[in-house]
Amino acid sequence: MSPFIRAHILVCSGAGCVSSGCFNVYDSLMHALEEEGILDEVKVIKTGCIGSCDLGPTVLIYPDGVFYQKVKPEDTKEIVEEHIVKGRPVERLLPRQAEGEICESISSLNFFKKQVKVVLRNCGVIDPENIYEYVARDGYEALARVLTDMTPQDVVDTIKQSGLRGRGGAGFPTGLKWEFAQRVRSDQKYVVCNADEGDPGAFMDRSLLEGDPHSIIEAMTIAGYAIGASQGYIYVRAEYPLAVSRLTHAIKQAREFGVLGKNLFGSGFSFDLDIRVGAGAFVCGEETALLASMEGKRGMPRPRPPFPATAGLFGKPTLINNVETYANIAPIILKGPEWFRSIGTEKSPGTKVFALAGKINNTGLVEVPMGTTLREIVYEIGGGIPGGKKFKAAQTGGPSGGCIPESLLDISMEYDTLTAAGAMMGSGGLIIMDEDTCMVDIAKFFLQFTQDESCGKCVPCREGTKVMLDILDRMTQGKGQPGDIETLESLGKTIGSTALCGLGQTAPNPVLSSIKYFRDEYEAHIDEKRCPGGVCRELVRYEIIPEKCKGCSLCAKACPAECIHPVAAEEAVAEAAGGEGRSKPKRRVYEIDNSKCQKCGECMSVCRFDAVIRR
Amino acid sequence: MASEVAAKHPKPDTVCGECKCQGNLHDDRFDKLQDIIDKYKDQAGSLIPVLHEAQQLFGCLPEDVQVFVAKGLGIPESEVYGVVTFYSLFSLKPKGKWTISVCLGTACYVKGAADCMEELKKELGCDVGGTSEDGLFTLEGVRCVGACALAPVAVIGDTVYAKVKPEDIKGILAEFVEANSTEARAS
Repeated sequence: MSPFIRAHILVCSGAGCVSSGCFNVYDSLMHALEEEGILDEVKVIKTGCIGSCDLGPTVLIYPDGVFYQKVKPEDTKEIVEEHIVKGRPVERLLPRQAEGEICESISSLNFFKKQVKVVLRNCGVIDPENIYEYVARDGYEALARVLTDMTPQDVVDTIKQSGLRGRGGAGFPTGLKWEFAQRVRSDQKYVVCNADEGDPGAFMDRSLLEGDPHSIIEAMTIAGYAIGASQGYIYVRAEYPLAVSRLTHAIKQAREFGVLGKNLFGSGFSFDLDIRVGAGAFVCGEETALLASMEGKRGMPRPRPPFPATAGLFGKPTLINNVETYANIAPIILKGPEWFRSIGTEKSPGTKVFALAGKINNTGLVEVPMGTTLREIVYEIGGGIPGGKKFKAAQTGGPSGGCIPESLLDISMEYDTLTAAGAMMGSGGLIIMDEDTCMVDIAKFFLQFTQDESCGKCVPCREGTKVMLDILDRMTQGKGQPGDIETLESLGKTIGSTALCGLGQTAPNPVLSSIKYFRDEYEAHIDEKRCPGGVCRELVRYEIIPEKCKGCSLCAKACPAECIHPVAAEEAVAEAAGGEGRSKPKRRVYEIDNSKCQKCGECMSVCRFDAVIRR
Repeated sequence: MASEVAAKHPKPDTVCGECKCQGNLHDDRFDKLQDIIDKYKDQAGSLIPVLHEAQQLFGCLPEDVQVFVAKGLGIPESEVYGVVTFYSLFSLKPKGKWTISVCLGTACYVKGAADCMEELKKELGCDVGGTSEDGLFTLEGVRCVGACALAPVAVIGDTVYAKVKPEDIKGILAEFVEANSTEARAS
C-alpha cells in the first residue's frame, strides 16, 4: 500500500457533470497518473454534485483546494504534470470571479463563499458509493446515539425543538408530523421518503440521493425508531436512474454493515428499506397520491383527513418526509437543536438548498441560511444576469409558486415572507428571468404544466385550470378582451380555495402573482396587443432598419414566407428620416411585408449586421 | 390492437399449447414476463414495478401484455389499463429505436427549449409523441430531468445533450442515423 498520499483529486460525478463527460476525465486522469508512476500516491475519488453544474466537469484538488472548471480529458496530463508533480496550478483552467481575477482556491470563489452546507455537507466531498467515506464524516453516529442513548420520545422532542420545517413545500413542522405518527397505535407503521421531485427547475433531492444516499438511509432509520416503524420506502422518480442505482447500492452496503436490517447496534430495533420507482406523474409528489401510486394504483390524491399519519400506506400509519428534510436529521441529533436554531431565522431555522437556474451566470445548487436575501443569491452567489441584461423576476416554488419582482429583491428568503409575497418556498427551485421574458407567457407555461399534470379527479383543478389556460392562450395570440384579468383573478381564487390537493390549490399562484406584480404586461397584451418582452409570437413584429441594412439579401433568401423584398434605399431612408434623406441611387435595402410574415425569426438569425429587430 | 407484439403472439386466451399455432407463434418474452410476475406476486402494490419491467421487455405495453399481467397478478384488466394510461412513462404504442426526450422544465423553457422542439418536429416530420417515418426516433417532451444548469437539454437514449441550440439538431440526429447505418452494414 501507499506510504503517503500526496493529493486527493475529487472528480464531480453529479448528473450535470456526467452529461458533460466527467467519466472520460476520470479515466484520462487515472491514465496520466499511471504514466507518471504516481498512481499510488494520489487518491482519485468520484464524488456527488458539488453544485456548480454549468462549470462541469469540475475537478477539485486537495490539500490546496484548487478548483478546476470545464476540464477536458486532454487537460488532465497537464494537471498531473504541472500541478501534482511540480505544484504549479494550471492557470487557464481556474475559475474567474466576476471582476476577472483568477480564483486559486475554492473557498475564495464567490459562488461558494456565502454558502453554509448542512444538507449538502457531503455532496461533492465523499464518494457516494463508499460507505467508509460516509462513516468517516460522522455517518451513522447519529443513529448509534439514538439507538443506544435516546428513547423514541427524546428523538421526537429533539426534532420538535429544532424547529425543522418540511422542505418539500408547505413547511409543516417536521417534529409535529413525527409526533402524530408516533402517537397512533398500530401493529405496523411505515416511514416513506418522498423523492418524487417533480417541480421543474428543482434538483436538490436528486443531488442528495446521488451524492449522499447514506444520509437519507440513516435519517429514515432514525425516523423508524422514533415512530415505531420497521419498514421504510423511498419513492424515487423514474427520471432519475443514477439516483436509483446509487441508492440501491447504498442500501445493500448498509445491510452488509449492519446499520440497516435486524437488531441494529444490538438494540433489538429492526428496520429495512426498499425503493419504489415512479412512472412519470407530477401529482405523485402530493403525499396521498404518492401513497396510492406505491399501492400500485393510479396516483390520485384523496381528501385529508385522515392524514397519512393515521391512515397512510396500505391503510397503516405512515410518516412521509421529503429528501432534504431527512438530510437535516443526523446533524440535528449530533449537534443539538440549539445549534440548528442558531442558523437561519426564528420562524424558519436551518438552511435551504436552492436550485439556481434560468438567466443567471452561475447556475447550480446553492445552500444558504434561511433569511438570506434574494439579492445576495442572485448577485453575490449567482454572479448576476448574463449579457448585462436587467433582472426582471425570480420564480420560486415551481408551478406552485409565484414570481418575485425586482422591487422585492431584498426579500428574506424564508417560508412566511415568501408566502406573504404571493410566492412560495416550494421545493426550492429558483428560476431567474431577465427583461426578455414575457410574464404572461411564463404564467401560461406553468398553467399548461399543471393542466397537463392534473389528475382529473376534482372539478376546480381539471376544468378551472383549463379555462384559465384558454384565457391566457387567447391573450398571447392578441385576442385578449377587457375583463380577462378580473376573470383570471376570480377563477384563481376559487380554484385555490376549492381544489382537492396541493397541486390544484397552488396551480393559480403563478398567474395570480404575475398579475399582482406585472399587471401592466397583461394590460399591454389585452389593450395594445403588444408583448413587452417580445416573446409572444403572434404579437411581435420584425422590422429591418434601413440604415443598417447592407442589401446582402440573406434575409430574403432565408424567409420561408417570401415576404422580404428589396426597395430602393433612398426611398426607405427618406421615409425613415421624415423625407429629408439624400439619394443614393445604387444601394438597395430590404423590407418586410408584415401582412405575410410568419414571425419565424429566421431573418433576424441570419442577418450579419443586426439590421433586423423585433418589437 | 395492431402492434408488432400482438402480431407475433396469439391472443392470451389461446396461449401456446392450447391454441392451434402449435408453438410456432410462441413468443418467449411471455415466459420472461411470467418470471417477473412470479418474482413480485406476493408483494403488495407490485403492479407498477411489474409494468416497468414488462415495458423494458416488450418496448411498450400493448393490450395482450396488459391482459397477461392482469391475469398473473389477479387484478382486473381495467385496473391495469387505468394505471398504464395514467402514467406518462408507460406507452401503448411501440417506440422508435431511440427516444428523444426534450426537457420542457422551466429552466429549459426560459432558455429556448420550445425552439429546439420545433426544430426536431420539423426534422423528424412528426409531432410530440410520434415516431419518425424511418422508425428510428420517437419524439417526447419530458418534465424536468433535473439538469437545469445545462439548459436546454435533450436526452437521446442514455446521452444527455446539454445547452442544445436549434442549429445543433441536424448534426445530433445525423450521428444516430450514421450509427444506425454502420450497424446495419455490420450485420
